[in-house]
Amino acid sequence: MLNEVDLSKYEKITAKTIPTEKGISSGHRACQGCVEILAMGMVMKAVGRNVIVANATGCMEIVTSPFPQTAWNVPWMHVAFENTSAVASGIEAALKIREKHGKLKGERPKVLAFGGDGATADIGLQALSGALERGHDFTYVCLDNEAYMNTGIQRSSSTPYGAMTTTSPPGSNSIGQSTWKKNVPAIAAAHNIPYVATASPGNYLDLMNKVRKAIAIDGPAYIHIYAVCPTGWGIKSEKGIELSKLAVKTNVFPLYEVIGGKYILKENKNPKPVVDYLKIQRRFRHLSETDVEYIQKRVDAEYAHLAAMASCAAPEEEENDE
Amino acid sequence: MAKRVGLEVSLAVADAVKMSKAEVVSAYPITPQTHIVEELSHFVANGELDAAFIPVESEHSAMSAAMGSAATGARTYTATSSQGLALMNEMLPIASAMRLPIVMTIANRSLSGPISIWNDHSDIMSIRDVGWVQIFVENGQEAFDISVCAFKIAEDHRVLLPMGVNMDGFMLSHMIEPVEFPDQSDIDDFLPGFTAKMILDPAEPVTMGPVGVPEVYMEAKVQCEQALINSKPVVKEVLDGFAAKFGRQYNLVETNGKEGAKTLFVTMGSLGETVMTSVDEMNADGKDVGQVRIRLWRPFPQEEFLAAVKGADKLIVLDRALSPGGVRGPVASELASLFHGQADAPEIVNVVAGLGGRDVSVDEFKEIYETAQSGGFKDAYTVWGVMSNA
Repeated sequence: MLNEVDLSKYEKITAKTIPTEKGISSGHRACQGCVEILAMGMVMKAVGRNVIVANATGCMEIVTSPFPQTAWNVPWMHVAFENTSAVASGIEAALKIREKHGKLKGERPKVLAFGGDGATADIGLQALSGALERGHDFTYVCLDNEAYMNTGIQRSSSTPYGAMTTTSPPGSNSIGQSTWKKNVPAIAAAHNIPYVATASPGNYLDLMNKVRKAIAIDGPAYIHIYAVCPTGWGIKSEKGIELSKLAVKTNVFPLYEVIGGKYILKENKNPKPVVDYLKIQRRFRHLSETDVEYIQKRVDAEYAHLAAMASCAAPEEEENDE
Repeated sequence: MAKRVGLEVSLAVADAVKMSKAEVVSAYPITPQTHIVEELSHFVANGELDAAFIPVESEHSAMSAAMGSAATGARTYTATSSQGLALMNEMLPIASAMRLPIVMTIANRSLSGPISIWNDHSDIMSIRDVGWVQIFVENGQEAFDISVCAFKIAEDHRVLLPMGVNMDGFMLSHMIEPVEFPDQSDIDDFLPGFTAKMILDPAEPVTMGPVGVPEVYMEAKVQCEQALINSKPVVKEVLDGFAAKFGRQYNLVETNGKEGAKTLFVTMGSLGETVMTSVDEMNADGKDVGQVRIRLWRPFPQEEFLAAVKGADKLIVLDRALSPGGVRGPVASELASLFHGQADAPEIVNVVAGLGGRDVSVDEFKEIYETAQSGGFKDAYTVWGVMSNA
């Protein structure tokens, strides 16, 4: 299905018009150098104040809401780990019916759901799939730090191949994480929803504008955000943004959108070698040259696949390339 | 004018939800609850009920969506049974802790395994301590009436708790019974729209579901329990208000049979109606037996129950669930706690019966009575009707 997606309400952010209003305030309890909270802050700046947030259990929930304190300047609800999409479904349905009954004052608020990679790719995948399939008008943001960081760095299905976690330790019989990262954006796109995107806080304008598109369209949107965890990945706390950019430049985490089924890939003309990305993280330090070669090949193959998807969806550009 | 029609009790419950003007219904199919939500989806589809119907992908999501909805200020309903209730289990204490007035019908069904779609109370007994108001109904009229009352009770600002309305699966949910439907205008008078105390609203942001560190967790739990305890007078007030308006009185505990009888059956749910017939026949035969039916299960109506059994020296307590490895069945254990330390406490004879849809007949209750009178029940509890060494 290649839908026409109405982006007429999309309000683009430029370097000069970055919103300063914060839905989430500083003074939360995230680790030093946490890129996940940084990404969350960017999302909230792009969304604005007229929003209701549903948040899955996880680092972000814990660090922003230790009663009686809260970092949230917008209405926020945390229920449990696996059900954020369902909670958001209920909020959205209630808002719509209350609007229909004339019980809402002002414009209907946006509905935003946050989950980590465990809450999204593992335990909450069913609820996410249900909410996307039902077509609720909400934006789901996965903040992917590639393991269960809140419980102490256990592997998830979103942990990259080869990474060391506390439940995928390398050893004589183990390379570390033995499976390739689950492709949740592709799963989201398979629901034929109007908008899917990947984003990195290293490309902050791109990230915020993807959020702006997600909230501008009618129906479900899914944004998968790369979120460096210095504590869990074994990098210096000031290196988060640098690594966020490197993930994109090495094609480890390509930035793309799927709008109405059409893939749009930001072309990476001179990709850096994957080894540059791997070598600065303690979680990959045990990998051999052969392992790195394998990862490079697979990263190349995945990028080529994505590029093919993008060219399939946009044949006129393919002609231009020839 | 109120009208009286014969219909399946599940459909009467759906009508009650429609006439209560629920705004959001989130539900997942499970036997024997399904007819209720099927009917509600029809009402929404044909415009009879102006509500959002969320056909969720699991009961876990049904309760989660209901929580999001109630927190956004909509009158919210769901229904489930057995495995569905078990799947929701994780969400239920969070719904009460967040003080969300969701109404849920539970068409009681036994828990697997072996898988069984038939009736007992093992589903509801496994979620006894989740902090919800829990009530049992015995017949179709009561199912309709109590369903309307449930919204009024749950949404009362002195309560603000989710409420489960239990009705026996198949044995009640699928019966065709005469039900009197009040006029919509009278229901509207009795049950105005839901006005939430605190909702998710960007104009007045609140944080719902924060972390409860050890310094506050116990206080939060105790406040929640206090809210449940405090709901009892409101339940009574609403039921009395219903009686004043519609002429049908429901009490927290009901009695029937010979007044001042020394032996009383204690029942909860629709099997109580079979016992009622049995007790009537035994009274006609001159037997000294009566019956007490528990309607409100949580908060447990202690004073009302004690008043109802005053003077009795033997209670035959019927349980429709096992507490495996425990001292007695759940209802009998509750009553043993209630009578603990009382000098004039009656003897408790505990019979566990009717598991997984096994029928218990009028005559069997007579047999149970006779066995109890002759001291035939020697153990703390007896499972009735098990084929020997099957």
